[in-house]
Amino acid sequence: MLFGLPLLSLVIWLPIVAGIGVLATGGDRNAQMARWIALVGSVAGLLVAIPLLTQFDPLENAMQFVEHSPWIERFNIHYHLGVDGIAMPLILLNCFITPLVVIAGWEVISKRVSQYMGAFLIMSGIVNGVFAALDAILFYVFWEASLIPMFLIIGVWGGPNRVYAAIKFFLYTLLGSLLMLVAFIYLYQVSGGSFSILDYHKLPLPLSPQILIFIAFLLAFAVKVPMWPVHTWLPDAHVEAPTGGSVVLAAILLKLGGYGFLRFSLPIVPDASHYLSDMMIALSLIAVVYIAVVALVQPDMKKLIAYSSVSHMGFATLGFFLFNAYGMEGAMVQMISHGFISAAMFLCVGVMYDRLHSRQIADYGGLAARMPVFAAFFMLFAMANSGLPGTSGFVGEFMVIMASVKVNFWYGFLAATTLITGASYTLWMYKRVVFGAVVHPAVTEMKDINGREILIMAILAVAVLAMGLYPLPLLEIMHTTVDDLLSHVARSKL
Amino acid sequence: MNFTQPDLAPAYPEIFLLVMVCVVLLADIAWGEKKPNIAYLLAQVALSGCALITFGTAAPDVVYTFSGMFVDDAMADILKMLVYISVATVLVYSRTYISVRGMLGGEFFGLALFATLGMMVMISASHFMTLYLGLELLSLSLYAMVALRRSVEATEAAIKFFVLGALSSGFLLYGMSMVYGATGTLDITQVTGIIQSGAINHAVLVVGLVFIVAGISFKLYVAPFHMWAPDVYQGAPTAVVLFVGTAPNLAGFGFIMRLLVEGMGVMSADWQGMLIILAVASMLIGNLAAIAQTNIKRMLAYSTISHMGFMLLGIIGADGNGYTAAMFYILIYVLMALGTFGIIILLSREGFEAEKLDDFKGLNQRSPWYAFITLLLMFSMAGIPPTVGIYAKLSVLQAVLSAGHVWLAVVAVLFSLIGAFYYLRIVKLMYFDEPETNALILPQGDVKILLSANGLAVLAFGFFPQVLIGLCAYAIQQSI
Repeated sequence: MLFGLPLLSLVIWLPIVAGIGVLATGGDRNAQMARWIALVGSVAGLLVAIPLLTQFDPLENAMQFVEHSPWIERFNIHYHLGVDGIAMPLILLNCFITPLVVIAGWEVISKRVSQYMGAFLIMSGIVNGVFAALDAILFYVFWEASLIPMFLIIGVWGGPNRVYAAIKFFLYTLLGSLLMLVAFIYLYQVSGGSFSILDYHKLPLPLSPQILIFIAFLLAFAVKVPMWPVHTWLPDAHVEAPTGGSVVLAAILLKLGGYGFLRFSLPIVPDASHYLSDMMIALSLIAVVYIAVVALVQPDMKKLIAYSSVSHMGFATLGFFLFNAYGMEGAMVQMISHGFISAAMFLCVGVMYDRLHSRQIADYGGLAARMPVFAAFFMLFAMANSGLPGTSGFVGEFMVIMASVKVNFWYGFLAATTLITGASYTLWMYKRVVFGAVVHPAVTEMKDINGREILIMAILAVAVLAMGLYPLPLLEIMHTTVDDLLSHVARSKL
Repeated sequence: MNFTQPDLAPAYPEIFLLVMVCVVLLADIAWGEKKPNIAYLLAQVALSGCALITFGTAAPDVVYTFSGMFVDDAMADILKMLVYISVATVLVYSRTYISVRGMLGGEFFGLALFATLGMMVMISASHFMTLYLGLELLSLSLYAMVALRRSVEATEAAIKFFVLGALSSGFLLYGMSMVYGATGTLDITQVTGIIQSGAINHAVLVVGLVFIVAGISFKLYVAPFHMWAPDVYQGAPTAVVLFVGTAPNLAGFGFIMRLLVEGMGVMSADWQGMLIILAVASMLIGNLAAIAQTNIKRMLAYSTISHMGFMLLGIIGADGNGYTAAMFYILIYVLMALGTFGIIILLSREGFEAEKLDDFKGLNQRSPWYAFITLLLMFSMAGIPPTVGIYAKLSVLQAVLSAGHVWLAVVAVLFSLIGAFYYLRIVKLMYFDEPETNALILPQGDVKILLSANGLAVLAFGFFPQVLIGLCAYAIQQSI
């Protein structure tokens, strides 16, 4: 606790209060004020999250920064917050991305500014709540509440087919989470009236209920990750969302699913996780291999990156279900790194879209001559997306591939195909967009990125390179927690 | 034959209200021409007076009077208070609406108060005859209110309402007569004792129970006895729908509690099965049919049907926990229905009824605040946190699971997923579409405050649901 402040409550509620403040500025007459309040709020949100990093004890395997007070006595529900080495980096990632999203939408969003900025800030707080909640119902409340701002962001500021995408996004995620709610209530009954996640970790369960609970959790988390075959909402949502929406969706919201596996599926139902691990590995490998091929043929840049996200998140789920330290840490690194890279990729597409109002690869060509600075940044991020050593994209993929070779050579072999396919779809897109002759006259009119855009790109570039060159600090943070989780999962609960 | 003066104290609110209804009607005749608002004001005074009396005489103990025909317990007190609040809110919301449409007179308020009296009698009934009297007083007032504005649709709605209502009353009476035949009494407490003693013909009792459940289902919009609801909702003036769709549900809950739980609670094994079928049917029909509607009132009728199905799931639990969940659910439902119909009334203006879904188009651009309030209400109806709707669902699902019906809980959440779609559609219309009209939304000051408070309450109770759940738990615990 810094100065005795409840830090986790601050990182949750400060952005939400700031978001309400932004909403209160009202119509577009006060747009400039809304932008500044949003920026200040999001930066303040990042600042209050920094002590989480500096005061975090990486050797401690219990929850840290714990806050605990009764909330709904009737159902023994508590306002119980705390983070470990898995949740803390994700909270930081979220707090880091939010200011970038605000800056990215600075000039681009001109209608209903306060609602746009307010929605992002509120969502940022809610997502922190998801990562910090240690009570199942508190978790569920944050989990579901995050749907509302995203639904509005896609639906109000999205592209032409936004309504379809928004409703599809909402209903897909709701389906999974409702079954998760039933699983929570079931666990509440079995545990004799507790909604504490930590109690569930210790709860012994026979195999068949474990499998049913696993499936209920799987639906909730697989939709969020998203895993093949329930990934189809993601390309639609990404394509139609505004740039900021795509960034948050890819960088943050997808991580909720991965986090769910680590916090719920693995420790609460370890036997079912082992029992069904082959299925999970198969689904992950299908995502890695098949979705990468799907990405290759996309004519739409955002769709391409969306499919590449599905493929990359396949690595995360693959890592979780290999049940070894390399795999799990690699999966975590992959999630964080994907947060930076996908954010950067979507921002790059956003930069182009703002100028030409097209996402089609075929409408571009020869950007290098017109936008050299942009092309350089885009190059770095494209390389990172294809997993080039030295960038953060490499570390996670490499660790997961190593881990899967240990388990089964062919798992590793199939996962490693991403090194080829990932490079193919990313670099081929890059080539068609940036190199070559200028075919379309509109491209000649395009201006290079301005200071605001350079700022965002530079921040992300530093993050991508730093994590790629020196991932050790991140690994140290989660090492104890991952070890603890692995030894917990190894123990049968039957 | 000796006559003992019954203890009138437990029935003071009812007696006061009856006197006030007469005052309202007379005052309207005497001064209604000059002061058109007098009936409205007196009605509010009557409700506040009732609230004061009920609050002042509230006690946790159970008191019987009128030879055991009338009971005053904590559940009755709390349900009555909620009825007053909800009726008073209805009157505030509908005042402008009915005055613009020339319905602002003693008739509307007199009937509304008579209906309220009927609900109070139902809530406090401890005898099959008292229950029936209360129910008929409520129903007859509602039939008249639906027909108050003599348009073709309203008349059609009223006739459907009346014919089916009379039929269901017939069912109910027939069921009651079977119970009487089997047990030889109509007193609810005695019925329980006699059934428990086991010296009765079980078959007759079960047949009676079937009719009683069918009768209740008619009154509570439970499928497959729901047919009248969409037509009445569509045809009746919105202010009347607001009335029909809110407070009577509270009374309906009291009705179920008195009849099924207190009266025939011993036979819970028999009615649980029936209620499961009815609940699933309601959720199925309500949610699926709502998707196809273009008229918002009709859509909300189907939504009510599905909510009632959900509420029944709590009753199926057949223990204090389940009844608490059901009571909490109905309370939250009334809160949300008040707000939702309040918004529909708000969007209506002279010569224009906001009845189509399309009338919600672009509300965010016309009035971001009321769009936000509607957003909260819709997400609450769909059971999305942080609004209070999720806790209503949570408590009912918990009751279902603790009764051991896992599959029923899964069915229920799948239906609520379907339900989410049509609530989302309203949000979509408000936020994603362009407005079709730019007519200003200018509510009266009191409506503005109350409607905002109503919407924010959905959010506030989402943060602090314990207040309401605790209240329901107390009511059930003290009375059952």
